Amino acid sequence: MSERRLPPVTQLGMLSLALIVVGGIYLAAHLPEHVPLGPAIALLAASALVLAVNMFLLSRVRDFAWDQFFQVGGWSLLAYLVIAGIIEYTFLRNHLRGGTLVILTLSLVVFAVHVPMLVGFTVARYADSSEGRVAT
Amino acid sequence: MADTAISVPAVPEPQSVAAAPPFERPDFQIVPRRGLVLVAVAAVALIVAIAANKLWPLTFLHVAGGAAWTIIDLFLGLVLGPIIGRMSIPARVEFTTRLMPKMVLIMPTVVTITLAAGWQLGIKTGNVLSIAPNHSWVVASYIVVGVMAVLALGLLEPANIAVLFELKKPRPNPQVIERLMKRFIYCAGILGVMQIATLVIMTKMASG
Repeated sequence: MSERRLPPVTQLGMLSLALIVVGGIYLAAHLPEHVPLGPAIALLAASALVLAVNMFLLSRVRDFAWDQFFQVGGWSLLAYLVIAGIIEYTFLRNHLRGGTLVILTLSLVVFAVHVPMLVGFTVARYADSSEGRVAT
Repeated sequence: MADTAISVPAVPEPQSVAAAPPFERPDFQIVPRRGLVLVAVAAVALIVAIAANKLWPLTFLHVAGGAAWTIIDLFLGLVLGPIIGRMSIPARVEFTTRLMPKMVLIMPTVVTITLAAGWQLGIKTGNVLSIAPNHSWVVASYIVVGVMAVLALGLLEPANIAVLFELKKPRPNPQVIERLMKRFIYCAGILGVMQIATLVIMTKMASG
């Protein structure tokens, strides 16, 4: 099985998800107290930066099964937007407001974009494996 | 259902997918269409329960969803996983093509129901508030669920879907299937062990 070098999309995706999870736990653990938003903003910004870096690195890959990536990623995006929407509804139902709501909503956006990207990437990297070339 | 013949080159490794002789692979849908109806019903039930904010529906959805999530992870990771690893290649492929499409629908649905209903329940009962007596256990549950979520979303779910796409090909690559299934089974095993921590936390909170 021949191997091919690809950017560490899965590892970066997990790092990005871990950062927003830590931010979410930080905010949730302090309810209903007012908590400094700085750490949560920093974690969200770091997560979004990792997402942007991940997209950039992936966009530079040549000879990639982009059709399959966008097909699988698109349907996954739809599914994760529904999931994120239900979670967002729970926040709104409980009258979450202000900076906390903005941070959690943006965290959901990162979540809803990054997970489909990981699914699309994992499928697309093996797209032509049956013809002999297989990614690492 | 129509079966598709798959020719796999023989390699002298009895437990490896690469060693598989030609085998039959049942036809399947990567996302079972009929299952989407049940997913939609579950999603509507969740939204109605959150909107109504009544104790029983929220408790039901959180407990039923959480029990399903815990049992599936434990059973898949610690019981089925090792069994699948020792199956013959044709049996493993047939089992995979029947199990994995269902997992594509079941796991995200069960996890979303458990977490959303659990959060709403925690708000209603006050358990998620920092003044609650069991708050440290609640935070511990956030951490366990957070680690599980990163593993499930980053490794397990993509592997689940990718192995189904590989199996759909006219000539699936056995090495790719083996690699993705290993990732899926090991990940499920880790999640199964972490579910024991969830059980400890939830029973501790329930018993006060």
